[in-house]
Amino acid sequence: MSTKSISEAALYAEDLHKSFGGIEVLKGVSLTAQKHDVISIIGSSGSGKSTFLRCMNLLEFPDAGKIRVHGEKLDLSQNSRGGRSKHVQQQIERIRSCLGMVFQSFNLWSHMSVLENVMLGPCSVLKRNRDEVEVQARALLDRVGMLEKCHMYPDNLSGGQKQRVAIARALAMDPDVMLFDEPTSALDPELVNEVLLVIRELAEEGRTMIMVTHEMRFARDVSSQVVYLHQGRIEEQGSPEQLFNNPRSEHLQRFLSSQY
Amino acid sequence: MFELLINYGPKLLDGAVMTLQLTFISVSIAGLLSLPLAILRRSKNILWQWPIRLYVSFFRGTPLLAQLFLVYYGSGQFRPELTELGLWWFFRDPYYCALLTFALNSTAYQLEILRGGLQAVPYGEVEAGVALGMPRRLLYQKIILPHTYRIAFPALGNEIILMLKGGAIASVITLLDVMGHTRRVFSQTFDISVYLWAALIYLVITTVFVLVWRLLERRLTRHMFYQRDIKRITPVEATSTKMEASNVN
Repeated sequence: MSTKSISEAALYAEDLHKSFGGIEVLKGVSLTAQKHDVISIIGSSGSGKSTFLRCMNLLEFPDAGKIRVHGEKLDLSQNSRGGRSKHVQQQIERIRSCLGMVFQSFNLWSHMSVLENVMLGPCSVLKRNRDEVEVQARALLDRVGMLEKCHMYPDNLSGGQKQRVAIARALAMDPDVMLFDEPTSALDPELVNEVLLVIRELAEEGRTMIMVTHEMRFARDVSSQVVYLHQGRIEEQGSPEQLFNNPRSEHLQRFLSSQY
Repeated sequence: MFELLINYGPKLLDGAVMTLQLTFISVSIAGLLSLPLAILRRSKNILWQWPIRLYVSFFRGTPLLAQLFLVYYGSGQFRPELTELGLWWFFRDPYYCALLTFALNSTAYQLEILRGGLQAVPYGEVEAGVALGMPRRLLYQKIILPHTYRIAFPALGNEIILMLKGGAIASVITLLDVMGHTRRVFSQTFDISVYLWAALIYLVITTVFVLVWRLLERRLTRHMFYQRDIKRITPVEATSTKMEASNVN
């Protein structure tokens, strides 16, 4: 890959390694997301796909590898006990604020109303004006169909509603890249579609997105690129047509046949 | 029985003021000290962890009365040294000694309660903050501490009530709280009913406290109740915000 495309990539990861308690979960995974790319990461459970996604915004700290966000190289140095210098920590926080993360289990702040959930990030992290943020937050909630419930607390919402609020919360930071970690896996089947619909709209408006998903049909429809992870390595990678219609690797063939 | 109340009632009320003062001040000091100590207690650094563990096991593992004697009578043994340090005025006074002992004791208990609360904060919600790029201070302020105090709240109320009643032993080092006055009145009248009145005063104080604490708890946990009356947004308001939003863009 040319140096130019690396420095222009929205998100670039090279040769990431990560072990948990002696077990190597990631054995050197690389990925380049150009602007407007929608990349789906698929694979069976335990293949390391969530860990890989969480390494990108350093919720998990990779043991080795390189990460660049918009060409800016992340300083992954830390001492043996996991401590980081103030400078490094500040860079990480800044980078995280421009990578929007949506979790499998929503993780809305239960003691705040829907509106407060969406407003907290822009107000406290980006220190933007409260009134402006509220206008934007209401518009975002309207977009995901949750404006009517903006004064409710998360405990009173269904799973699909919570996930739509979580997406609005991530969007409120105006992120360069959206990361989705199995956004529909914790939902009842009849609630999956309302969330996928929102994600699909985001893909269509050209947002850069990386998502870990088990929704194969959806991945095939919206992705520009699909990555198949197997036992901590990328086993196959390419366009959705290529991967879903002509899977070359035996593991992927078996994985796909088990999905339908 | 009521004659006793007429003659000595004001004294018992004076005692109640003293009891409330002792409890309120020592519990507040403990409330301020316990949070930073609980956070340090959870740090992986054993240089922080071990002294705090020792402190907690001493104050939880020995009787409050013994601690009070150690501070009040024990400090007398070091009078020359304390005078030299300019601290004798503090340790000479039973009031300050009781305050110090109660504050240290309550800190140990509150610290452990808060540690439990910190441990029980839903980790995913913290992670959501981390993923937004919140620095540590903000994480504590907006996410961790609201959860911690909500979780710890009933246990903290319990600790305050225990301190209020445990404070009765301050009477042993000559302080005239409810119990101190009661003992004095009894020694003058030999009327056992004064203890009944004392018990009643404690009961009234704790009852009022429990009611106030319950109101506060309801406020802290309001997000956990089913919401019946949702403030509905009228369609007009919804469209107007949308228009404002598009104006901004």
